Amino acid sequence: MDEGLRSELQKQGVFTTTLEDLYNWGRKNSVWPLGFGLACCAIEMIAASMSRWDLARFGAEVFRPSPRQADLMIVAGTVTKKMAPQVVRLYNQMPEPKYVIAMGACAISGGPFKQGYNVLKGIDRYIPVDVHIPGCPPRPEALLHAFMTLQEKIDQQQLTGANRPRHLNADQPSEFPVPEFGEHDLVPPSNPAVWKAPMLKRQG
Amino acid sequence: MPADYLPVIVLMLAAVGFALTPLLLAWLWAKKFSPNKPGKDKNATYECGLESKGDAWIQFKSEYYLYAIIFLIFDVETIFLLPFAVAFAGLSVWAFVEMMVFIFMLVVGLLWAWQKGVLTWK
Repeated sequence: MDEGLRSELQKQGVFTTTLEDLYNWGRKNSVWPLGFGLACCAIEMIAASMSRWDLARFGAEVFRPSPRQADLMIVAGTVTKKMAPQVVRLYNQMPEPKYVIAMGACAISGGPFKQGYNVLKGIDRYIPVDVHIPGCPPRPEALLHAFMTLQEKIDQQQLTGANRPRHLNADQPSEFPVPEFGEHDLVPPSNPAVWKAPMLKRQG
Repeated sequence: MPADYLPVIVLMLAAVGFALTPLLLAWLWAKKFSPNKPGKDKNATYECGLESKGDAWIQFKSEYYLYAIIFLIFDVETIFLLPFAVAFAGLSVWAFVEMMVFIFMLVVGLLWAWQKGVLTWK
């Protein structure tokens, strides 16, 4: 149905929708996060879910203690190399459709610990991240903004066609390889299917 | 009259339908749109991010059980001894004898356990 006809019908008091819109509308307003905090960003995440910022306005107040019931993983804090396999495994245990918000400087890049030997330089090396939030730690408003961005992303997902999201495509994986502890680093150091090292373009 | 129960049957059908229709719709939706994607991690029993190791069928020392039983002897004894001590001055001789019999029974139990070697940790 084209937009013109739809708005014309709306003027007459007839509201139309599509199955896809209805599906995405329901999904984006009932995203249940995994109750899962890694470092100080988790305190901001907890604050965002409490009465002052009230994540419940977006239908996301139900923090689930089990990955089986969660739709959204908020990676809130520093991911150490010791913790990274557990984070990936928890992500694997979540049912599709699942989304990831990388919250804070550490979760997106390693943050202030980037030069350290034991901190993962961004969780996007192993799992596909939908929304990145910078900040150390990001304010609850930033998390709310990330949440609204994610809602917009969910709203635009198509039910059929070549561009349909991963959870509707049988050929795309639901689980991602869990890294293991190697002699010096995690093995593999990143998942090439989801992350490619940024190449510096040298001038001259 | 069986016919009087018709509204009840209709209500019951509506209630069952109310419960089953969403399940059926979800099942049909999964068939039509979202493919099933089981996996090793997803099907794992343990769900805290770590892999489970070893066997849950371990042997547990029976001494713990015996110690708990003997602890119970002293526990019950204390509960009865405290009010006995508080009201001691006002008690009759017969009440005193009864209390001694009670303590004697518990002591016999303890001696039996001691003689059985329960009090030595192996």
